[in-house]
Amino acid sequence: MKLRTIIDILEAEVLTENDESELDIDVHTACGSDMMSDVLAFVKDQGLLLTGLVNPQVVRTAEMVDIVVIAFVRGKRPDDMTVNLANQKGIILLGTNDKMYQACGKLYDAGLGR
Amino acid sequence: MASGESIKLRYDVDGRDFVTCGQASEDVKRTLKSIGIPSASIRRVSIAMYEGEINMVIHGGGGVAEVEIFDDEIKIVLADTGKGIADIDKAMQEGFSTATDDIRELGFGAGMGLPNMKKYSDEFRIESRVGVGTTVTMTIKF
Repeated sequence: MKLRTIIDILEAEVLTENDESELDIDVHTACGSDMMSDVLAFVKDQGLLLTGLVNPQVVRTAEMVDIVVIAFVRGKRPDDMTVNLANQKGIILLGTNDKMYQACGKLYDAGLGR
Repeated sequence: MASGESIKLRYDVDGRDFVTCGQASEDVKRTLKSIGIPSASIRRVSIAMYEGEINMVIHGGGGVAEVEIFDDEIKIVLADTGKGIADIDKAMQEGFSTATDDIRELGFGAGMGLPNMKKYSDEFRIESRVGVGTTVTMTIKF
Protein backbone atom coordinates (compact mmCIF):
# COMPACT_ATOMS: atom_id res chain seq x y z
CA MET A 1 0.00 0.00 0.00
CA LYS A 2 1.25 3.46 -0.85
CA LEU A 3 2.15 5.60 2.14
CA ARG A 4 -0.11 8.31 0.70
CA THR A 5 -3.05 5.93 0.96
CA ILE A 6 -2.18 5.21 4.61
CA ILE A 7 -2.02 8.96 5.30
CA ASP A 8 -5.46 9.40 3.70
CA ILE A 9 -7.01 6.49 5.59
CA LEU A 10 -5.71 7.71 8.95
CA GLU A 11 -6.34 11.37 8.04
CA ALA A 12 -2.80 11.77 9.30
CA GLU A 13 -0.51 14.74 9.51
CA VAL A 14 3.11 14.30 8.36
CA LEU A 15 5.31 15.50 11.23
CA THR A 16 8.75 15.11 9.65
CA GLU A 17 10.32 17.05 6.79
CA ASN A 18 9.89 14.88 3.74
CA ASP A 19 10.01 15.40 0.00
CA GLU A 20 6.80 14.62 -1.80
CA SER A 21 8.56 11.65 -3.44
CA GLU A 22 9.21 10.05 -0.03
CA LEU A 23 5.48 9.78 0.50
CA ASP A 24 5.24 7.57 -2.60
CA ILE A 25 6.95 4.62 -0.92
CA ASP A 26 5.22 1.26 -0.61
CA VAL A 27 4.48 -0.11 2.86
CA HIS A 28 3.69 -3.81 2.98
CA THR A 29 2.99 -4.59 6.61
CA ALA A 30 2.37 -2.91 9.96
CA CYS A 31 2.39 -3.57 13.66
CA GLY A 32 0.77 -1.76 16.57
CA SER A 33 2.28 -1.68 20.06
CA ASP A 34 3.05 0.57 22.99
CA MET A 35 5.73 -1.85 24.23
CA MET A 36 9.00 -1.35 22.39
CA SER A 37 10.33 -4.62 23.81
CA ASP A 38 7.53 -6.45 22.00
CA VAL A 39 8.34 -4.62 18.78
CA LEU A 40 11.96 -5.76 19.12
CA ALA A 41 10.86 -9.32 19.93
CA PHE A 42 8.24 -9.94 17.30
CA VAL A 43 8.67 -7.56 14.40
CA LYS A 44 9.46 -9.03 10.98
CA ASP A 45 9.86 -6.69 8.04
CA GLN A 46 7.13 -4.39 9.24
CA GLY A 47 7.26 -1.10 7.42
CA LEU A 48 4.88 0.82 9.70
CA LEU A 49 4.69 1.03 13.49
CA LEU A 50 1.53 2.39 15.10
CA THR A 51 2.07 3.48 18.69
CA GLY A 52 0.85 5.80 21.40
CA LEU A 53 4.36 6.29 22.78
CA VAL A 54 6.09 9.50 21.77
CA ASN A 55 9.60 9.35 23.28
CA PRO A 56 12.86 9.26 21.22
CA GLN A 57 13.34 5.55 21.95
CA VAL A 58 10.41 4.83 19.65
CA VAL A 59 12.49 6.24 16.78
CA ARG A 60 15.57 4.29 17.87
CA THR A 61 13.55 1.08 18.18
CA ALA A 62 12.19 1.65 14.67
CA GLU A 63 15.68 2.18 13.33
CA MET A 64 16.96 -1.06 14.87
CA VAL A 65 14.29 -3.12 13.11
CA ASP A 66 14.24 -1.15 9.84
CA ILE A 67 10.79 0.33 10.34
CA VAL A 68 10.47 3.31 8.00
CA VAL A 69 7.23 4.94 9.13
CA ILE A 70 5.83 5.58 12.63
CA ALA A 71 2.22 6.67 13.12
CA PHE A 72 1.42 8.18 16.52
CA VAL A 73 -2.18 7.42 17.47
CA ARG A 74 -4.69 8.98 19.90
CA GLY A 75 -3.74 12.52 18.87
CA LYS A 76 -0.35 12.26 20.56
CA ARG A 77 2.48 14.31 19.11
CA PRO A 78 6.21 13.89 19.81
CA ASP A 79 8.49 16.66 21.05
CA ASP A 80 11.01 18.43 18.79
CA MET A 81 13.85 16.16 19.90
CA THR A 82 12.01 13.08 18.71
CA VAL A 83 11.05 14.73 15.40
CA ASN A 84 14.64 15.89 14.85
CA LEU A 85 15.96 12.39 15.52
CA ALA A 86 13.51 10.95 12.99
CA ASN A 87 14.54 13.55 10.41
CA GLN A 88 18.20 12.59 10.94
CA LYS A 89 17.42 8.87 10.59
CA GLY A 90 15.16 9.26 7.58
CA ILE A 91 12.16 7.84 9.44
CA ILE A 92 8.79 9.34 8.52
CA LEU A 93 6.52 10.36 11.41
CA LEU A 94 2.74 10.63 11.12
CA GLY A 95 0.17 11.79 13.63
CA THR A 96 -3.45 10.65 13.63
CA ASN A 97 -6.32 11.32 16.00
CA ASP A 98 -7.54 7.73 15.61
CA LYS A 99 -7.20 5.42 18.57
CA MET A 100 -4.91 2.42 18.17
CA TYR A 101 -7.76 -0.04 17.60
CA GLN A 102 -9.40 2.21 15.01
CA ALA A 103 -6.17 2.94 13.17
CA CYS A 104 -5.13 -0.73 12.99
CA GLY A 105 -8.66 -1.78 12.03
CA LYS A 106 -8.93 0.73 9.20
CA LEU A 107 -5.57 -0.24 7.70
CA TYR A 108 -6.24 -3.97 8.04
CA ASP A 109 -9.64 -3.53 6.47
CA ALA A 110 -8.03 -1.68 3.57
CA GLY A 111 -5.77 -4.69 3.01
CA LEU A 112 -2.50 -3.66 4.63
CA GLY A 113 -0.58 -6.71 5.83
CA ARG A 114 -3.14 -9.23 4.58
CA MET B 1 38.51 -4.94 6.26
CA ALA B 2 41.34 -7.29 5.32
CA SER B 3 40.98 -10.96 6.17
CA GLY B 4 42.10 -11.77 9.70
CA GLU B 5 41.80 -8.19 10.90
CA SER B 6 39.13 -6.86 13.23
CA ILE B 7 37.47 -3.55 14.07
CA LYS B 8 37.38 -2.67 17.76
CA LEU B 9 34.83 -0.18 19.11
CA ARG B 10 34.28 1.04 22.65
CA TYR B 11 31.41 3.12 24.05
CA ASP B 12 30.61 4.62 27.41
CA VAL B 13 26.90 4.13 28.09
CA ASP B 14 25.52 6.94 30.24
CA GLY B 15 23.29 5.41 32.89
CA ARG B 16 21.44 8.64 33.60
CA ASP B 17 20.36 9.39 30.07
CA PHE B 18 17.46 7.44 28.66
CA VAL B 19 17.13 9.92 25.79
CA THR B 20 20.53 9.24 24.20
CA CYS B 21 20.44 5.51 24.98
CA GLY B 22 20.91 3.50 21.80
CA GLN B 23 23.64 5.62 20.24
CA ALA B 24 26.24 2.86 20.59
CA SER B 25 23.93 0.38 18.84
CA GLU B 26 23.27 2.92 16.08
CA ASP B 27 26.99 3.40 15.54
CA VAL B 28 27.60 -0.36 15.36
CA LYS B 29 24.72 -0.71 12.90
CA ARG B 30 26.20 2.03 10.73
CA THR B 31 29.65 0.41 10.85
CA LEU B 32 28.31 -3.03 9.89
CA LYS B 33 26.38 -1.49 7.00
CA SER B 34 29.47 0.32 5.76
CA ILE B 35 31.47 -2.90 5.53
CA GLY B 36 28.70 -4.77 3.71
CA ILE B 37 27.40 -7.17 6.36
CA PRO B 38 24.04 -8.76 5.28
CA SER B 39 21.02 -6.84 6.56
CA ALA B 40 19.48 -9.85 8.36
CA SER B 41 22.67 -10.18 10.43
CA ILE B 42 22.76 -6.44 11.10
CA ARG B 43 19.22 -6.58 12.42
CA ARG B 44 20.06 -9.36 14.88
CA VAL B 45 23.09 -7.44 16.12
CA SER B 46 21.12 -4.19 16.38
CA ILE B 47 18.28 -5.69 18.39
CA ALA B 48 20.55 -7.66 20.75
CA MET B 49 22.86 -4.74 21.42
CA TYR B 50 20.09 -2.16 21.74
CA GLU B 51 18.25 -4.30 24.30
CA GLY B 52 21.53 -4.60 26.16
CA GLU B 53 22.07 -0.85 26.12
CA ILE B 54 18.55 -0.26 27.40
CA ASN B 55 19.18 -2.76 30.21
CA MET B 56 22.42 -0.98 31.12
CA VAL B 57 20.50 2.27 31.54
CA ILE B 58 17.38 0.85 33.22
CA HIS B 59 19.11 -1.52 35.63
CA GLY B 60 22.87 -1.11 35.41
CA GLY B 61 23.46 2.59 35.97
CA GLY B 62 25.44 2.69 32.73
CA GLY B 63 28.73 1.07 31.88
CA VAL B 64 30.96 0.18 28.98
CA ALA B 65 30.13 -1.53 25.68
CA GLU B 66 33.04 -3.15 23.85
CA VAL B 67 32.54 -4.49 20.36
CA GLU B 68 34.87 -6.41 18.10
CA ILE B 69 33.91 -7.06 14.49
CA PHE B 70 35.59 -9.93 12.64
CA ASP B 71 35.09 -11.14 9.05
CA ASP B 72 32.46 -13.67 10.05
CA GLU B 73 31.13 -12.62 13.45
CA ILE B 74 30.78 -9.85 16.01
CA LYS B 75 31.52 -10.07 19.71
CA ILE B 76 29.72 -7.65 22.04
CA VAL B 77 30.62 -7.27 25.73
CA LEU B 78 28.30 -5.10 27.83
CA ALA B 79 29.56 -4.49 31.36
CA ASP B 80 27.82 -2.43 34.01
CA THR B 81 28.58 -1.78 37.65
CA GLY B 82 24.94 -1.73 38.71
CA LYS B 83 23.06 -3.64 41.37
CA GLY B 84 23.52 -7.06 39.73
CA ILE B 85 20.99 -9.86 39.23
CA ALA B 86 20.12 -12.11 42.16
CA ASP B 87 18.45 -14.89 40.16
CA ILE B 88 19.72 -15.13 36.58
CA ASP B 89 17.42 -18.05 35.64
CA LYS B 90 14.42 -15.96 36.63
CA ALA B 91 15.75 -12.89 34.80
CA MET B 92 16.06 -14.97 31.62
CA GLN B 93 12.35 -15.90 31.67
CA GLU B 94 10.17 -14.04 29.17
CA GLY B 95 7.90 -11.64 31.01
CA PHE B 96 9.89 -11.43 34.23
CA SER B 97 10.98 -7.87 34.96
CA THR B 98 12.03 -5.75 37.90
CA ALA B 99 11.58 -2.50 35.93
CA THR B 100 9.55 0.26 37.54
CA ASP B 101 6.27 1.68 36.24
CA ASP B 102 8.20 4.75 35.02
CA ILE B 103 10.22 2.54 32.69
CA ARG B 104 7.13 0.67 31.49
CA GLU B 105 5.53 3.97 30.57
CA LEU B 106 8.50 4.54 28.27
CA GLY B 107 7.76 1.25 26.45
CA PHE B 108 10.32 -1.02 28.08
CA GLY B 109 10.41 -3.35 31.06
CA ALA B 110 8.20 -6.07 29.57
CA GLY B 111 10.68 -8.75 30.58
CA MET B 112 11.77 -9.37 27.00
CA GLY B 113 15.22 -7.78 27.07
CA LEU B 114 17.47 -10.65 28.14
CA PRO B 115 15.39 -13.32 26.32
CA ASN B 116 15.58 -11.21 23.14
CA MET B 117 19.33 -10.82 23.48
CA LYS B 118 19.73 -14.59 23.84
CA LYS B 119 17.31 -15.27 20.97
CA TYR B 120 19.24 -13.12 18.51
CA SER B 121 22.72 -14.30 19.59
CA ASP B 122 24.62 -17.41 18.52
CA GLU B 123 26.47 -17.44 21.82
CA PHE B 124 25.18 -15.73 24.94
CA ARG B 125 26.78 -15.56 28.37
CA ILE B 126 25.71 -13.59 31.41
CA GLU B 127 27.66 -13.17 34.61
CA SER B 128 26.37 -11.16 37.52
CA ARG B 129 27.13 -10.49 41.17
CA VAL B 130 24.71 -8.64 43.40
CA GLY B 131 26.13 -5.26 44.33
CA VAL B 132 29.01 -5.59 41.85
CA GLY B 133 27.46 -5.58 38.37
CA THR B 134 26.53 -7.59 35.32
CA THR B 135 28.47 -8.51 32.20
CA VAL B 136 26.76 -9.88 29.11
CA THR B 137 28.83 -11.36 26.28
CA MET B 138 27.16 -12.05 22.95
CA THR B 139 28.57 -13.47 19.73
CA ILE B 140 26.58 -13.18 16.53
CA LYS B 141 27.73 -14.89 13.34
CA PHE B 142 27.14 -13.16 10.02
